[in-house]
Amino acid sequence: MNLVASTRDSENAIVIENVGKRYSIGRRRNADDGLRHAIEEAIRSPFKWLRQRGEGNRRDADFWALRDVSLSIKPGEVVGIVGRNGAGKSTLLKLLSRITEPTEGRIRINGRIASLLEVGTGFHQELTGRENIFLNGAILGMSRAEIVQKFDEIVAFSEVEEFLDTPVKRYSSGMYVRLAFAVAAHLEPEILIVDEVLAVGDAAFQAKCLGKMSEVAQGGRTILFVSHNMDAVRRLCHRAILFEEGKIRVDGEVDSVLEQYFARISTGTFRELPSGYGLAVEKVALKNEQGQEARQFSPGDDLTVEISYNAHSRIELPYFLVIVEGAHGKCFTASMLLDGMRPDALEGPGKISCTFKAIPLLPQSYSISVSIRDKIHQSEIWTCKDATTFTVRADLQKYGYKGDYLTHAPRSTSVVIPYVWELPDGETIPVGLTAPETVST
Amino acid sequence: MSELVIEAGRTEGQYWRDLWRYRELFFFFAWRDMLVRYKQTVVGISWSLIRPLLTMTVLTIVFGKFGKMPSGGVPYPLLVFCGMLPWLFFSTALMESGNSLVTNANMIAKVYFPRLTITVSSVMTSLVDFLISSVFLAALMFWYRVTPPIAVLVLPFFVLLMVASSLGVGLWIAALMVEYRDFRFIVPFIVQFGLYISPVGFQSGVVPEKYRLIYALNPMVGIIDGFRWCLLGAVGGVYWPEIAISVIDVTFLLISGIWYFRRTERTFADVI
Repeated sequence: MNLVASTRDSENAIVIENVGKRYSIGRRRNADDGLRHAIEEAIRSPFKWLRQRGEGNRRDADFWALRDVSLSIKPGEVVGIVGRNGAGKSTLLKLLSRITEPTEGRIRINGRIASLLEVGTGFHQELTGRENIFLNGAILGMSRAEIVQKFDEIVAFSEVEEFLDTPVKRYSSGMYVRLAFAVAAHLEPEILIVDEVLAVGDAAFQAKCLGKMSEVAQGGRTILFVSHNMDAVRRLCHRAILFEEGKIRVDGEVDSVLEQYFARISTGTFRELPSGYGLAVEKVALKNEQGQEARQFSPGDDLTVEISYNAHSRIELPYFLVIVEGAHGKCFTASMLLDGMRPDALEGPGKISCTFKAIPLLPQSYSISVSIRDKIHQSEIWTCKDATTFTVRADLQKYGYKGDYLTHAPRSTSVVIPYVWELPDGETIPVGLTAPETVST
Repeated sequence: MSELVIEAGRTEGQYWRDLWRYRELFFFFAWRDMLVRYKQTVVGISWSLIRPLLTMTVLTIVFGKFGKMPSGGVPYPLLVFCGMLPWLFFSTALMESGNSLVTNANMIAKVYFPRLTITVSSVMTSLVDFLISSVFLAALMFWYRVTPPIAVLVLPFFVLLMVASSLGVGLWIAALMVEYRDFRFIVPFIVQFGLYISPVGFQSGVVPEKYRLIYALNPMVGIIDGFRWCLLGAVGGVYWPEIAISVIDVTFLLISGIWYFRRTERTFADVI
C-alpha cells in the first residue's frame, strides 16, 4: 500500500480500502449456554478468555458480510447504493457510521459525517416533541447551541407546531416521522449517509424529504444513499454502486447500474447473514403446478412459494408470512399469525412452501415478500421485501374478456375475484380469471 | 479539516476525543432519564424519599429493636440512614447502569456515539436521588440535634469513592449484560444480598476483628464506614486499613471496568 500518498488525500471525501467485515454465525441464542461456556472458559484460562472476548474470536463459522471493498467518493458526489437485502449495503453504512468496526481494511473520511440509518432513533415515547428534538439532535451529534439555533426551522419543517408539548406517543405515525426527519434533515454535515428513510411516511412527505435531500446535494454536500426506491435513487444520484454478495458488482452511471440491477434482482437466491436467531434463508423459489421453477404464470395457475432455509439453532413455533404484492399494493397474504398453522420447529436445512391456489391476478408484475417472526414477540427473525418477482401473462380474451379497454389491464387493481353481472334483460354473466373454459360468451 | 480513519482496533485516541466532543450527551441522557423516570407515577419524585424512609424504618426495627445491635451512642435511625445513603445510591446506580445498554439497544444499533455516555449518565441520574436523600438526612440530623464533626470536610472524598465504585461495577455489568442477559437476574441478587453483607443496618464493628480485613473486600464497607465517620463522628471508630482496601478495590474495579467496557464496546452493535 502506498503509505505516502494515502496519509493525506484531500481529493476524496471518502476512501475505502480493501474493507471487509466478518460476522460469526451460529451464535448461541441461548444465553445460559453462552454464559456457562464463558464461565468454564474463564475459569480454565482467564487471561486467554479475556483477550479473546474483545476480539470477538469464535470457533463458529464465519460469514463475510463485506469483503475486499474499495472505492472512493469525491466531495459533492451523490451516490446511490443498491443491491438486495444481504448484499452488504447496510453493513457498509454501519462501518461508515462507525456503529461497528471493520474486520480488515481501512476507511478514511474527510469532513464531518452524519448518518441517518433510521428515522427517530433515540426518540422517547414519553417525552414531548420539543424534548425529543433536543434529545435526538444531541444523539445525532448536534451541540445544544446548534439545536437551539435551528429549532424554529426544524419545527417549521416538521409541521407539528401545535403538538410540540405533547408526548410523541400520542403522535400519529406521520407526525412522528415528520418530526424525526426534520431533526435529521438539519444536521448539515459535509457527508451525509442515508439508509432507506424514505420508506416511511406518506407520498407527500416522501416528496418533501427527497426535495430536502436534493437541496442538500446541490449545496455541494456528499451523500451516500441506500434505497429500494429506484425512482428516488435515479432522481437524486448521478452515480450508483451495485452490491452483490458483499462485493461491488457494478459502479458507474446511475441509469446503467439500475438497469443491470433489475436484470439481476429476480433470481431469488440469497447469501445472507443469519439473523440473530441463527436462521439463514437461502432461497425463495417460485414453482408452478408441475413443480418446476417459474417466473411467469397465467391467471388461474397455482403459485407455489418455496422457502429454503438453514436454521443454525433450533427455532420453535415460528410464524411465516408470505405476501404477494403488485404495483398497486398488497394483493393477498398467507399468514400464520392468522391461521395458526405453524411448524413445530426449524432445525438445520429445510423447506417450507405455500401454494396459492388459482391465483386470480391480472397480467401485471408482482413481487413476493417473506417474513418470519418469533413465536412470542412476533419480532422479525428474517424478513425480505421483494424476495423474488414474477409476472402474470395472459391473453385476457381467452378468459372471456372483450372490453374496448383491455389495454388498461396493467393499470387496474390486480386481484379479480369471480363476479357475476345480472343485466336488465335477466341475462347473468359470470366473469373471472380462474377458469377460462367455463366462461360463456 | 480533520481526517477520520476507521480501521480495526485503531480507535483509542479518536475515542477519547469523541467522548469530549459528545460530552453534552452525558447531560442529555441524564436529563432524559430524569424526565422519564417519574412519568405516570402519582407521587413522582417523592419516591426517592419514600424508599429510603421505609427501608430505614424496617432496618431500624429489625436490627435496632429486635436484633439489639449496638448503636454506638447514636440514634439508631440515624446510624441506619447514614449507611443507607451510599448503599441506596450504589444499588440504584447498579440497576440503572447495568440495564443501560440493553434498554438503549436500538440506539446502539443505529447511531454512533461513545457508548460510555449512556452508562455513565445512568449513574449520574442516581446522584439526584442521592442528593434528595442527603437533604433528608440533614433534616434528620437536625431533628436529633446531632452536629457533624470536623471530619465532614472529608465527605466529598467518600462520595467520590461511592460514585467510582458504582461506576466500576456498573460498567462491568452493562458490558456483560450486552451478551449475557443472565445479569438481569444476577443484579437483583447482588443488590439483595449486598444489603445484608454490607454494614447498612448495623455497624461494621460487630464483625469479629479477625474477619475485618476480609470483610473490607466489599468496597461498600469502607464507604459506609467513611460516611458514618464523616457525619456522625467516630461511632465505633474508623478502621483505616479497611478504607485503604476499599480505595484499592474501587480503583481496580473502575480501571478494569473501563478497560472491559472499551474492549467489548466495538462489538456491542453486532451482539446486542
